[in-house]
Amino acid sequence: MGEPPDMPAGQPPIVPSGAGEMARVPRLSVRNVTKTFPGVIANADVSLAIHGGEVHALLGENGAGKTTLMNILYGIYQPDAGEIFIDGRRVDIRSPRDAIAHGLGMVPQHFLLVRRHTVAENVALGLRETGFLFPARRVEEQIREAGERYGLAVDPHAHVWQLSISEQQRVEILKALLRGAEILVLDEPTSVLTPQEAAQLFTVLKRMKAEGHAVIFITHKLDEVMEAADRVTVLRKGKVIGTEPITAVDKRTLARMMVGRDVEFQLPGRLDTEGDRAALTVEDLWVRDDRDLPAVRGVSFAVRQGEILGVAGVAGNGQRELIEALTGLRPAEKGRVIVPAREVTNRSARELYEVGVAHIPEERMRTGIVPQMTVAENLVLKRFRYPPFSRGPLVDLRAVGGFAIQMIAEYGIATPGPRTPARSLSGGNIQKLILARELSAQPGLIVAAHPTYGLDVSATEQIHRLLLHRRNEGAGIVLVSEDLEEILALSDRIAVLFRGEVMGIVAASAVERETLGLMMAGQRS
Amino acid sequence: MEVITWLLESSLAGILVRGLAYGTPLLWGSLGEIYAERAGVVNLGVEGMMILGAFSGFATAHVTGNPVAGLCAAGLIGALAALLHAFFSITLRANQYVSGLALSMFGLGLSGLLGRGWEGIPLERPLPEVTILAPLGFALAVVLWVVLYHTRWGIILRTTGEAPAAADALGINVILVRYVAVVFGGLLAGIAGGFLSVAYRPSWTEGMTSGIGWIVVALAIFASWDPLKAIWTSLLFGVLFHLSFRLQTWIPAEPLQMMPFAFTIIVLTATARRSGRVRQAAPEALGLPYVRGER
Amino acid sequence: MRQLGPLRFEHDPESSLTRTMFVSALAIAAAFLVAGLIFWAYGVDPLRAYRVILVDTLADPRALPEIFVPAIPLLLAGIGLLLAFRAQFYNIGAEGQLLAGTIAATWIAVFTSTPGPLMLPMMFITGFLAGALWGLLPSLLKLRLNVNEVITTLMMNYIALYAVSWLVTGPWKGPSVRGFAYTDTFPDSAWLPYLPGTRIHWPTLLLGIALAILVAFLLNRTRFGFEIRVQGHSPEAARYAGINPLRTTLLVMLISGGFAGLAGVGEVAGIHHKLLDPSQVSLGYGYVAIIAAWLARGNPLAVIVTAVFFGLIYSSGDVMQVSLQMPARVTDVFNGLILFFLIGSERLLHYRVRWMPAATNQTVPATLPEEQAASGRERWKS
Repeated sequence: MGEPPDMPAGQPPIVPSGAGEMARVPRLSVRNVTKTFPGVIANADVSLAIHGGEVHALLGENGAGKTTLMNILYGIYQPDAGEIFIDGRRVDIRSPRDAIAHGLGMVPQHFLLVRRHTVAENVALGLRETGFLFPARRVEEQIREAGERYGLAVDPHAHVWQLSISEQQRVEILKALLRGAEILVLDEPTSVLTPQEAAQLFTVLKRMKAEGHAVIFITHKLDEVMEAADRVTVLRKGKVIGTEPITAVDKRTLARMMVGRDVEFQLPGRLDTEGDRAALTVEDLWVRDDRDLPAVRGVSFAVRQGEILGVAGVAGNGQRELIEALTGLRPAEKGRVIVPAREVTNRSARELYEVGVAHIPEERMRTGIVPQMTVAENLVLKRFRYPPFSRGPLVDLRAVGGFAIQMIAEYGIATPGPRTPARSLSGGNIQKLILARELSAQPGLIVAAHPTYGLDVSATEQIHRLLLHRRNEGAGIVLVSEDLEEILALSDRIAVLFRGEVMGIVAASAVERETLGLMMAGQRS
Repeated sequence: MEVITWLLESSLAGILVRGLAYGTPLLWGSLGEIYAERAGVVNLGVEGMMILGAFSGFATAHVTGNPVAGLCAAGLIGALAALLHAFFSITLRANQYVSGLALSMFGLGLSGLLGRGWEGIPLERPLPEVTILAPLGFALAVVLWVVLYHTRWGIILRTTGEAPAAADALGINVILVRYVAVVFGGLLAGIAGGFLSVAYRPSWTEGMTSGIGWIVVALAIFASWDPLKAIWTSLLFGVLFHLSFRLQTWIPAEPLQMMPFAFTIIVLTATARRSGRVRQAAPEALGLPYVRGER
Repeated sequence: MRQLGPLRFEHDPESSLTRTMFVSALAIAAAFLVAGLIFWAYGVDPLRAYRVILVDTLADPRALPEIFVPAIPLLLAGIGLLLAFRAQFYNIGAEGQLLAGTIAATWIAVFTSTPGPLMLPMMFITGFLAGALWGLLPSLLKLRLNVNEVITTLMMNYIALYAVSWLVTGPWKGPSVRGFAYTDTFPDSAWLPYLPGTRIHWPTLLLGIALAILVAFLLNRTRFGFEIRVQGHSPEAARYAGINPLRTTLLVMLISGGFAGLAGVGEVAGIHHKLLDPSQVSLGYGYVAIIAAWLARGNPLAVIVTAVFFGLIYSSGDVMQVSLQMPARVTDVFNGLILFFLIGSERLLHYRVRWMPAATNQTVPATLPEEQAASGRERWKS
């Protein structure tokens, strides 16, 4: 399958001294790789070895250095120090092209597919042997054959935008396989899949293992590691904490390695308050997406005051459209949205804010802040037009500054000052800025979309605490997240969204992950 | 009544032929722009490339006595001018729209500077108004269409314009592809300009392109970035322009000279209204400089 | 971070004032260098050319004030354009909006019987409105249908051009001298006064400076200015913040067009005192104003300086025509090159340059890699 990689005339194969395991030559060997960026050591002296016929998990938190390492393997970065060996020979990977030539295939987390092209065109893109004319036709046969062999069936003539997410992922894997990848790296492959689809993926990984490939998958989910991996390497803050066979570890050990201390799997202090009034009522809501297809189909639910309703579901099942309809950024076609005492269906974002609806948006940098403007200006992004920040047409700069100083202190936002441009802040502090802005207005309803995406453990804990605090003070919160752990940890009740419909609403304390997974994949409770 | 007789008297063939004449530079220019934009680079410098092509074409044709040599020179100069735009917008990642504008300004200025003294000289051996360039243009459009949709080069080009990150991850040199596309666009624009000074109005006048370069950019959009559609859109425009020219018997010249520009606005509006469907939308990465996962 | 020989370029998104000015000056110098090469290829000694320029434009007390003549329309149009650019609207139509202003002013002056003291104010008001209206169609098309505003505003320029041409040779034609057509001369009440001995119509100049200050105040101290800035930086965040994009951008465009219209009024009321062939009324001011606005890098007060600078370029062009027999188009060569180098140098604004030879074995601060810093390293869901 595919061409053999270009190998420089080499040194004899070197067997790494490791934990006394297999004596054969590892397919991929990373030795003492270090990579730094200004102010940050992303990878510090990382070494690991992966063998053919093995599924190896690379486990770590966000920011542990997993993605940097993968980018080095794929030629996007060059390491500051260290070496890479493939099949025992030292290689120099300066670009994705080199990586591919050496038999390394990457399946990225955010797919690099051209939506408008067909599957065959996307696959043909990378292959030279398809010839000049009608290349798409020539790969069709290969796509079908590989699809059967690995369990990755997909229609070569379909356009990518017509495919489901898991089908698109299959295309990415096929691309790598058909380019002759012997070593496959999958970056957070299950982040966009339902539990059932993830199980299907693991079957595919097993097939690849059986065919002799070396498979690496990057993840931060402990369950997956336990289920699918043969061995696991844990990274923390750029360093390898350890490499172990899966039989030698359990979730608790892994968690401790990952985080450096014992981790609470449940957040303490969940109050079981029961407010009488609904902070939000949604009745038979229908919302269309950008392509004018119905994305939210007849959704109804209520959120009480002092309650967190978690909305679980794989991305792309209508969450975005639901959030936008609740916050005035997208029109609802049918149905009603009611916050205490007022119907607010199809009101503008400004009116919703005035009525007490806060929105913590999914995309921090693009929507939540204006990166080029100062921290102070961002803190009044929604309030600048009201007194005391505005007097008539003029903005009261002193009031703005004073408010900023107060918020910075109250919410612990780490910044040199209120006049620093917001983009200089770290992700966690940006999120704190957004929360400070939204929560300080004493909202009755908070719509939070993936509030801790990309944040490290301590920032996540802080955000969770802030949300819980507000809930305990009587606000209703709609928490949309792809992270089931987060949903389970924070929610009082959980609603599952699938293809725009609510599959069921259950109490968080009483539900099993299995059930949630089934609902996420389309089974009603 | 007069109008109707006049319309009936002009043969359809006559109108088409004259429309073809004006449509030829539009076709060549828009084919080039389509390829550049398919790679993700907007080139507003077409006006500058065309005028430079017009001058160099005229000068070469006059000096050598050979109009074809003029066209070749025109294409070459157009390609060189495009290289300038490519350097600033791709390598230096400057704003593509402004870079193109700068090229047009510079091109108009430079051609005016160099063209001093060449004005009013008639060309001894001009090409006829409807010349080999027209059917050649059609053939070119067909070839470019096949290449774009049914060959490996075409997939690569389109991917560079839709999802450059995907192309990069597969080892394709996005920068190179974009350079080639833009320079190719310049080549065609230069030839289009050369056509103006060597065939259409065999002479040199400063600023003789009179805004046709901007219309070319709009036509690429109107043709939905499809080389085959470019054939009929440029023909349509050519005919419209010719008709408005003929109406000058009754209507003063200047309002009619506005017509191509007004048409362009109408055409863009019409395109925008139907552009909901996936097939007809612009290449997704159009206008955005490509930066390899910069961290 | 890049290392080029002994120079180290470090990415630094904040650009200080000194760095901005330095980089801009560098860009202009580079443009002049290349222009000099072109002159040399043309057969003119570049050093001689530049010396002539400096002497004949700056050193000559009669010529020096001429610099301000183009500066006035450049200032007015430039401020409007700066405002549009800050709202991310690429208004290339200042030329047409300027001409629209001239049409309105001429109509008031020649074809209405406005009483004397009201004449000039009426001309300015209608000129503003005409310019604003001329920008209305492209902005509506952009806002409602997302039609690219670069091309539509450009098209409106040509339409305005031919409109003026038609008026001047047709219905509004006055006496003809030597084949040039123009309207009747304006009545005295429609003439703007000059600074004695010069052609500087000072009321328009004062208006320009006042508007520059006003726009600076608007952007930094008012609610509307806040909205414009948010909208310009991030249209998505603006929507989220409840800012109405239609209203904001539309207002900005109307103001931008209106300012260009004012520039047009200044030209016919201050310089020509009649309406004539469009290429003589506006010597490409609408286009050069774009560069002047760009060079000002977002600061309205800086437009005062950049407008004067480009006035200098225009003067140089005149001088080169007269003393060196070069065609008028030579200013376009300058302007095109300056614009190229300005946009080409923009990336330099975001880099700090340090003298650091032999950069290996640098001690990098041992900060732990927490979650990735906000400077664009976060990955987003597609």
